[in-house]
Amino acid sequence: MSDKDTTYQVPIGPIHPALKEPFMINFRLDGETIVDAEAHPGMNHRGIEFMGMHRNPLKVIPLSERICGICSIVHQHMFTTAVEHAAGIEPTNRARYIRTIMAELERIHSHVLWAGVAAHEIGFDTHLHFTWKVREKVMDLLEYIAGNRVNYSMWTIGGVRRDITEKMYPKVNETLDYYESLYKKLEEIFLGDPSIRLRTKDIGILTEEEALRLCGVGPTVRASGVKKDVRIDQPYAAYGDLDLDYVIPSRYGYENTGDVFSKTLVRLKELVQSIDLIRQCVDQMPEGDIDSEPKKAVLLNKLKKADGEGIGRIEAPRGEAFHYARLKEGQEELDCWKIRASTYNNLTTYAPMFMGEQIADIPIIAACIDPCIGCMDRAEIVEINSGERYSYTHEELHVLSVEKTKKILEGSL
Amino acid sequence: MSYEDWMVRILFVLVLPFIGIFLGLLYKGFDRKITAMMQARIGPPIRQPFRDVKKLFMKENIVPDHAVPWIFNAAPFFALLAPLVALVYLPLGPFEPVMEGYGDLILLLYLLAIPAVAMAVGGLASGSPYATVGAQRELVLMMSYEFPLAIAAVTIAWKYESFSLATISSTPIWGQVGAMGAFGLFLIVIGLFAVLPGELSKVPFDQAEAETELGGGLFVEYSGRNLGVFYLSEAVKMVVVGTLLIALLFPHNLSQWYSFGGPEFAGYVVLNVVADVLFFLLKLLIIIFVGVSVVRVAVARFQIDKASYFYWVPMTLLGLLGTVLVVLEGAI
Repeated sequence: MSDKDTTYQVPIGPIHPALKEPFMINFRLDGETIVDAEAHPGMNHRGIEFMGMHRNPLKVIPLSERICGICSIVHQHMFTTAVEHAAGIEPTNRARYIRTIMAELERIHSHVLWAGVAAHEIGFDTHLHFTWKVREKVMDLLEYIAGNRVNYSMWTIGGVRRDITEKMYPKVNETLDYYESLYKKLEEIFLGDPSIRLRTKDIGILTEEEALRLCGVGPTVRASGVKKDVRIDQPYAAYGDLDLDYVIPSRYGYENTGDVFSKTLVRLKELVQSIDLIRQCVDQMPEGDIDSEPKKAVLLNKLKKADGEGIGRIEAPRGEAFHYARLKEGQEELDCWKIRASTYNNLTTYAPMFMGEQIADIPIIAACIDPCIGCMDRAEIVEINSGERYSYTHEELHVLSVEKTKKILEGSL
Repeated sequence: MSYEDWMVRILFVLVLPFIGIFLGLLYKGFDRKITAMMQARIGPPIRQPFRDVKKLFMKENIVPDHAVPWIFNAAPFFALLAPLVALVYLPLGPFEPVMEGYGDLILLLYLLAIPAVAMAVGGLASGSPYATVGAQRELVLMMSYEFPLAIAAVTIAWKYESFSLATISSTPIWGQVGAMGAFGLFLIVIGLFAVLPGELSKVPFDQAEAETELGGGLFVEYSGRNLGVFYLSEAVKMVVVGTLLIALLFPHNLSQWYSFGGPEFAGYVVLNVVADVLFFLLKLLIIIFVGVSVVRVAVARFQIDKASYFYWVPMTLLGLLGTVLVVLEGAI
């Protein structure tokens, strides 16, 4: 054996069938084994935050929905929560419940969609077609309630725009029953099928230690046994009134291995949890208004007078996500808007998961955090004069923040 | 051999490629439609593969800058030529092979290996890292599935004491073995059906193309005419492998059991020949349905090491066990 370097580089992305969005991971491979992986985000930056800072908060709500195609509820939920927090507006009680129902319906839709994508990534197209077919049922329900399949436009500051009335309960229950009866089959497919087990068991392992160290969120780290769920840790909407527990594999008699298999397991079990939560919401639904301020002109005036900053923190299907909004007195537009989606945190967990695995496992590991690049890409550094693109390293960012803090302390900023 | 005999043979050699390509594309259409129906999709019409080929041949043929042009362009034609040549040595339904000799079976095994090698060479010559990985996988896979395939071929040839396909297909093997031998043969059939998706690069053994992993793998740089020729090669290969399986294991003809009678032409009873040809096409369809369509609907793609292991250990052992049973029975 010679000491010659036998590794070679294969770029996955910016456009590649393993990734559904523009994103790039540079792999260094030795034969079929991955020895190094380096992620290069920044290819899907659309300047949404900048656009949002030139509109009044009500106009930002539909914009925020369009950050992501799948979790559109997540972003409008976070944004409205952040603005409500900043302006000191309380959503009505009934609105909290409707928000919870919608968010959980979306979780069902997102997880079923993910299961199909995962099956496709390992070359099992039959289940892609199957899961996407059964997903239509929840899409239909969402359309029935909100009038739209994907961008629901349900949220407004201080409440929701559409009610879920008694008349709609049978349809809701019917859909929930459908998914309950379907769950057995999904479990059989994704946890029982030998060829799927072969491709997911002991693949892309994320240990509990690594999960905590890299600050992963959502099902990605719950599969490793980390008890982390904003719905329980810091309840929002109606979650405080509901009965729910952390979904981790050990609760169901499995080991908290953190491999792709347990991530699948967590997502499937969350499907059951979501069904249960919606049922609880429907049972306990309080009477009352759905919007605390139906007159939008009054609301806008109120927001214009408000001064302060607020945060919205919720558990998206992919994990904890976060919005920050600042309002300035006398200014109609948002003063500042910052988005941090769950994928941003989960991206760092790629490193330990990829190491030592094969090329064949790249798509399924890339998919197992359910990446949403559209949500995540919030910044790209471009040198204006030369057009050169680059990213800051950890050290550079550290130096920059130390300088900024110094400036603030000196009072020169 | 007479002058007329040679003329007939030359005529057949000229016509067979077209029949092979037509059948290949037709069965590709069936495979796609059946797969779609099993996946609860509508699927493309049966004639879609013909349209695909037509479109591919109209498209621009791009040779990448990093490629070695002559190898890159030659590979698809070798990949198509080999199965077309193989067709000449295969008994199609009631017809004897156009060409025959002493080592047909061995020649066929080599001809079947050529498309895989040509694909790998073409992939390596295209200068893309994805194609390179795909080529490596194709070669690994080829080395893996050749083993059980060779075992099956040798066992059957041993029973007949001949490598000539005309001899093998003239009398079905099942009549020549007892219960133990039949069980051995059954194991060999399983082995051969396992080889089928590997030979045809279908899920679970489509690692060399692996859409989600390598984005097309071997073919990632191919386009237009070259890709069209590969497409044809794949289609013809499906017919060749299916026919080989029929010739080795199920060479039965309807006319063996029932004769329609009626007019004769050149020593053949016309109605019988028609019935036999239809029966042959049906057998081919069943083999493709069981060996390709059902399998690719029912499983996920394996990792390359697991695919290799699958052929080398369980399938080889199964084949060897089958061989031992067949041979033991002969010895008793």
